[in-house]
Amino acid sequence: MTGSTPAEPQSATNGHTDSADGGQALLAIRGLSVVFDGFRAIDGIDLTVREGELRFLIGPNGAGKTTLVDVVTGLTRPTGGSVVFAGREIVGRREHQIVRLGIGRTFQTAVVFEELTVEENVDLAASFRMRLPALLRRRKGRSDKVASVLDRAGLLDLAGQRAGVLSHGQRQWLEIAMLLAQEPRLLLLDEPVAGMSRAERERTGELLADVARDRTVLVIEHDMEFVRTYASTVTVLHEGRVLTEGDMAHVQADPQVREVYLGRSRDTRAAEPAAVGAGPNPEGAA
Amino acid sequence: MNTPGLLGRRLKSGRWRGPAGFLAVALLVLAVAPATLSPFRLELLAKYLCFAIAALGIGLAWGKGGMLTLGQGVFFGLGGYAMAMHLKLAEAGPGELPDFMVWSGVEELPLLWEPFRQPWFAVLMVVVLPGTVAALLGLLVFGRRVRGAYFAILTQALAAAFVIWLVGEQGLTGGTNGLTNFSSFFGLDLASDADRRVLYFAVAAVLGLMYLGFRHLVASRYGRLLVAVRDGEDRVRFLGYDPAVVKTVAFTLSAISAGIAGALFVPVVGIISPALLGVVPSLELVFAVAVGGRYVLAGAVLGAVLLNYAKTTFSENFADGWLYLQGALFIAVMAYAPKGVVGLVGQIRDFAATRRLGRQPAGDSSRPTRGPGDDEPARPAEAVDVEKEAVA
Repeated sequence: MTGSTPAEPQSATNGHTDSADGGQALLAIRGLSVVFDGFRAIDGIDLTVREGELRFLIGPNGAGKTTLVDVVTGLTRPTGGSVVFAGREIVGRREHQIVRLGIGRTFQTAVVFEELTVEENVDLAASFRMRLPALLRRRKGRSDKVASVLDRAGLLDLAGQRAGVLSHGQRQWLEIAMLLAQEPRLLLLDEPVAGMSRAERERTGELLADVARDRTVLVIEHDMEFVRTYASTVTVLHEGRVLTEGDMAHVQADPQVREVYLGRSRDTRAAEPAAVGAGPNPEGAA
Repeated sequence: MNTPGLLGRRLKSGRWRGPAGFLAVALLVLAVAPATLSPFRLELLAKYLCFAIAALGIGLAWGKGGMLTLGQGVFFGLGGYAMAMHLKLAEAGPGELPDFMVWSGVEELPLLWEPFRQPWFAVLMVVVLPGTVAALLGLLVFGRRVRGAYFAILTQALAAAFVIWLVGEQGLTGGTNGLTNFSSFFGLDLASDADRRVLYFAVAAVLGLMYLGFRHLVASRYGRLLVAVRDGEDRVRFLGYDPAVVKTVAFTLSAISAGIAGALFVPVVGIISPALLGVVPSLELVFAVAVGGRYVLAGAVLGAVLLNYAKTTFSENFADGWLYLQGALFIAVMAYAPKGVVGLVGQIRDFAATRRLGRQPAGDSSRPTRGPGDDEPARPAEAVDVEKEAVA
């Protein structure tokens, strides 16, 4: 049962229960708050991600996007509230236990093991369900899973290279490849296309769309063009709260979003009223 | 793209290079050395090989796993005392007390000693004692995410405390004198040169087997995982592994290797005493591994043999000079050859290559892709660490 959680009673202020949100909520965040030294990084967030969804999380710097992902993956302990994944409470579990439940993530700055080859990086990601005796055996050849993931991420040619020599974009793909190899039910990607060239972004977007077909994916992204192209549902965070949620058109039409999203001050906002809504305005979010 | 070239070379030369090197060293140790060295020198070599067994463990824990363990003397001692206790009891005969106990006025054999009459129990304890202590310590310490310098200091303090305890328990452990005067070892007469030669072969065989075992471990998935933990412990958590378990396994194996080394040291050298196990001997062992090259197991073995050989030779000629030389050597290695003697080959090759290219490659070419030059958790961990600090 997930009813009683180590979280503080703050969660009680949000009277939701899992079933109230209907259907197959894979991830249900209720009344979540995170306070760092008096700063409310997350201030009472409710968020539901359904099985199979491709969800984008946007918001200006400091909105709490990464903190939210940190809480869901166990890196940060929330001050209050609950996070329920597939019917199980996440809060209080340790990072690797959460991975074992089926949540995987990438980091804003791709973190790969530079000393190991690309293939070894992916292989380790794919092998975490093995028990110790199996891990102690020498790896023989390349498993089908690793091969297919390398292929999907376009890294097959680089399989034998040390990860330390990869370019920035390749590193990010390697991280995504490692995430895919974990076969999580829920993938959390923190700015997967940051710093990528246009062509790299397109390839990443296709990869994401492809992955989202049989997995649930939550993406933090700053690049508005990217979000517009691939997003089905967007959640906008601002100052630790959910500002609005819906499809891209709905979000773009929201005056509040226009007001806060780009992080413009009130004076400059007047000068560029359509910053979010306008069509070909890709770099605006950076 | 040099993938095919690199792979091709691997297939052509790399496949036999490892086994060929191993066979060459085995030939040297098993045939050349016994044929050419005097019994006295062969005995010294046997002692170096004991240290090399312990060094293997440091190579695994520190070189591969990034755990700077400064207290291997504890595990060396646990193995050594377990063996020495049995030898003392075997010598005293059934129902009798070991000589030192009689001298210190102990009248009844302490309960702790009783089971060591059985040879199988003593041999088991050589592995189980250090292994259990290390496993418990590891789970406790790594589970709480104690690492880096804190872990190093903790292990060093453990070595200091262990020695103090040994000295304090005169009646139980022989105090400062330790345990000494052994005349036989599982049927081998320790006064006979021929039997001591057999002992030498036994030590060499144990070293060879343990080297092969550790090599296999390093090449396994677990070995890759250990390197991953060294370079980015926090990232490994998000791959679904518990780094505390990964580290504890390596730390335990390193303790077991030190225990076996200590157990063999006892018949080879004829004594086990607190002076051999404290902070200084523990540091010397780590230092030897650093000089040999900690990132490669062969480097650890080489370092232990080289350093102890140098220590003997130098001390024979200039009694007090060794300490200074050792210090100078340590600084030189840290400053100019962080990958040790075995790393020098690659370093010279890189240097020559850069010279030839006239410093053509820009950017981070100064950082070779082959190995991290320092034992800080390399860059991958930083990103996560920063976020973590924000949380704390």
